[in-house]
Amino acid sequence: MPPYPRLKQKTHKKEKDLKNEVTGEKASMTDHAAIAPSEGRTLRAYVYDPKIRGIFFQLLTLVIVVGVGWSIFDNTVANLARSGTASGYQFLKGRAGFDIGASLIDYTSDSTYGRAILVGFLNTILVAFFGIITATTIGFIIGIGRLSKNWLIAKLCTVYVEVFRNIPVLLIIFFWYKGVLSSLPQVRDSVKLPLGMVLNNRGLAFPRPVWGDAAWVIPVALLIAVVAAFVVARWAKQRQMRTGKQFHTIWTVVGLIVGLPILAFLAAGAPLTFDFPIAGRFNLSGGSVIAPEFVALYLALSFYTASFIAETIRAGIRAVAKGQSEAAAALGLQPSTTTRLVVVPQAMRVIIPPLTSQYLNLTKNSSLGIAVGFPELVATGGTTMNQTGQAIEVVSIWLAVYLSISITTSLFMNWFNAKMALVER
Amino acid sequence: MKKTLLSAAIGAAVLGFASAASAATLDTVKSKGFVQCVVNTGLAGFAAPDASGNWSGFDVDYCKAVAAAIFNDATKTKYTPTTSQTRFTALQSGEGDVLFRNTTWTINRDTALGFNFRTVNYYDGQGFMVPKSLNVKSALELSGAAVCVQSGTTTELNLADYFKANKLEYKPVVYEKLPEVNQAYQEGRCDVYTTDQSGLYSLRLSLSNPDEHIILPEIISKEPLGPAVRQGDDQWFDIVSWTHYALVQAEEFGITKANVDDIRKSSTNPDVRRFLGVEKDTKIGTDLGLTNDWAYNIIKAVGNYGEVFERNIGQNTPLKIQRGLNALWTKGGLQYAPPVR
Repeated sequence: MPPYPRLKQKTHKKEKDLKNEVTGEKASMTDHAAIAPSEGRTLRAYVYDPKIRGIFFQLLTLVIVVGVGWSIFDNTVANLARSGTASGYQFLKGRAGFDIGASLIDYTSDSTYGRAILVGFLNTILVAFFGIITATTIGFIIGIGRLSKNWLIAKLCTVYVEVFRNIPVLLIIFFWYKGVLSSLPQVRDSVKLPLGMVLNNRGLAFPRPVWGDAAWVIPVALLIAVVAAFVVARWAKQRQMRTGKQFHTIWTVVGLIVGLPILAFLAAGAPLTFDFPIAGRFNLSGGSVIAPEFVALYLALSFYTASFIAETIRAGIRAVAKGQSEAAAALGLQPSTTTRLVVVPQAMRVIIPPLTSQYLNLTKNSSLGIAVGFPELVATGGTTMNQTGQAIEVVSIWLAVYLSISITTSLFMNWFNAKMALVER
Repeated sequence: MKKTLLSAAIGAAVLGFASAASAATLDTVKSKGFVQCVVNTGLAGFAAPDASGNWSGFDVDYCKAVAAAIFNDATKTKYTPTTSQTRFTALQSGEGDVLFRNTTWTINRDTALGFNFRTVNYYDGQGFMVPKSLNVKSALELSGAAVCVQSGTTTELNLADYFKANKLEYKPVVYEKLPEVNQAYQEGRCDVYTTDQSGLYSLRLSLSNPDEHIILPEIISKEPLGPAVRQGDDQWFDIVSWTHYALVQAEEFGITKANVDDIRKSSTNPDVRRFLGVEKDTKIGTDLGLTNDWAYNIIKAVGNYGEVFERNIGQNTPLKIQRGLNALWTKGGLQYAPPVR
């Protein structure tokens, strides 16, 4: 292809000319356009081309980021080599040697470091799970309460939001732990509650159910009941669509889910005994205990996050145009039905994205449990880090775990959001 | 190696820039003009700041001794208070030059953690403290008790081992910071407080009613407490080690803060003269990277080992700790310094 090289040479030459004499600029440009439209760009034109500039600055940013990253990496490798610290994740298989106060799975000091971190992870999940449920419940009540026409309720809810939103969550945790829970009676002055429960400053002890051999039929019965409930609900809906006849779905479902397991329980010969907490020389022995550390963290996170959720809910409801509820009223819907069927479904679209952020915040804030000695991920990881000296590895595990939890929560909420959005129209 | 690189990469991203190139610690210390010591956040008698922020205590005096040896000025010190969990990272990352934080010398810390230990400035052992009202006479009666302990310590590990070996049950109540453990014990969140015995004596003082608590006779572990430095800097390691030996040797010679000047002038004992740097042509101090009067400067600043001990934790302090294992070897204890020659 002979013409192209020649053309290119020509262009280069013209560019040089351009640099030398600015006055000839216009002439050269027209020249170029005339000869080869696709090649007709001068250096200046390249410099001022937003597209090329964009690419240039992106490349520059990339180079800087990679450069900084590399220098950090290089520095750490050099420092690790110099300090003689062993690295890698093999330490996770070593015997932990320390005990953990609260664990959802079997754990002794003979377990591995990996399992210790797993125990912490499950505790984090536990407190985040219950915290999210409670925070959402309180948040909904307070958020709707702030919109109430009842002056007292609205003001009380406002006070709640302002108080809890403006205090650091760590202080709220201390408030519950040191202010409320440590004022509970000493272990030797324990308060006996009904149903064999005992309350003192070491927690709430309650009888632990001990299931017999035949107990497996109960979860099976529950499973069957749930499946049956789905089938019934579906059938009832289809029938209502077809014939307009309503069916007492709720009562049937409750009857199934409660009744079937009870029947199974009785049929299996009531295979259940209780292990009651009994006062020992030092402590209560037997039973299960909800430790004050857990309760303090759980309540603090719930109350704190609820204040943000309340505002989110209020914003979401206010975002629904007033005409919507007026239209509903004009159709003769009752206020409660209007809220349930018209306002809330539309408000949800506004509420869900910020709600997701609040859930993530709550989960991440659970790492403050270390301040009151709740053995969550950061606490057990911290102990592991200290016993093994593997700071970098443990910190990387923390990061990876919190990132995974957050991303999972986000994905779920995005899915939920998409579902709500579809329902709307 | 791949794993090493991976973890290093992640770690780098986590920790950001660690300390830069590995200059000799002594040079770094001299150029910045002070010794940065990693100490406890507050353990009465060992390292604790007073109301105006001045640090004092057994470990703090060791830091001052190192500063005196280098600068002939015991005030050229700075302190990094750390919890038991953060102390090692602080030293590893170069945040501090030396760790004086009632830290137990173990093989794991000496090897895998990348530290060097050589001297034991306090021989300790782990004990238990309980309220007198519980009527406990021995640790073997403690089955079923809730035990308060600080996380990330050898104490926590010994506790687990001891109760397991004796087939006793317990509930660990674990906190990261010392004040939290103290408060939990005081409020009855647990029945038993366990840590090194020296720590128990110190902590008992901070309770509102010290007389109502007893320390049980059992010592369940060896806790040799000593200074730690990063591996790979032998000169600095020598300076820290010989600071301790100089303190012990001074006590053995009978040299005190008060009489060191007189002895320096009048002594004819070549051992003493060499030690204090007045013997002709001595190179002991300069070989260490210091001046020849390094030992003199240490004693002038903080006294000898016995004085440091008595001033901070001995019979005339609220802690009232006996010398016990920490007496000189000539008096039936374990404190012994290699010859200075």
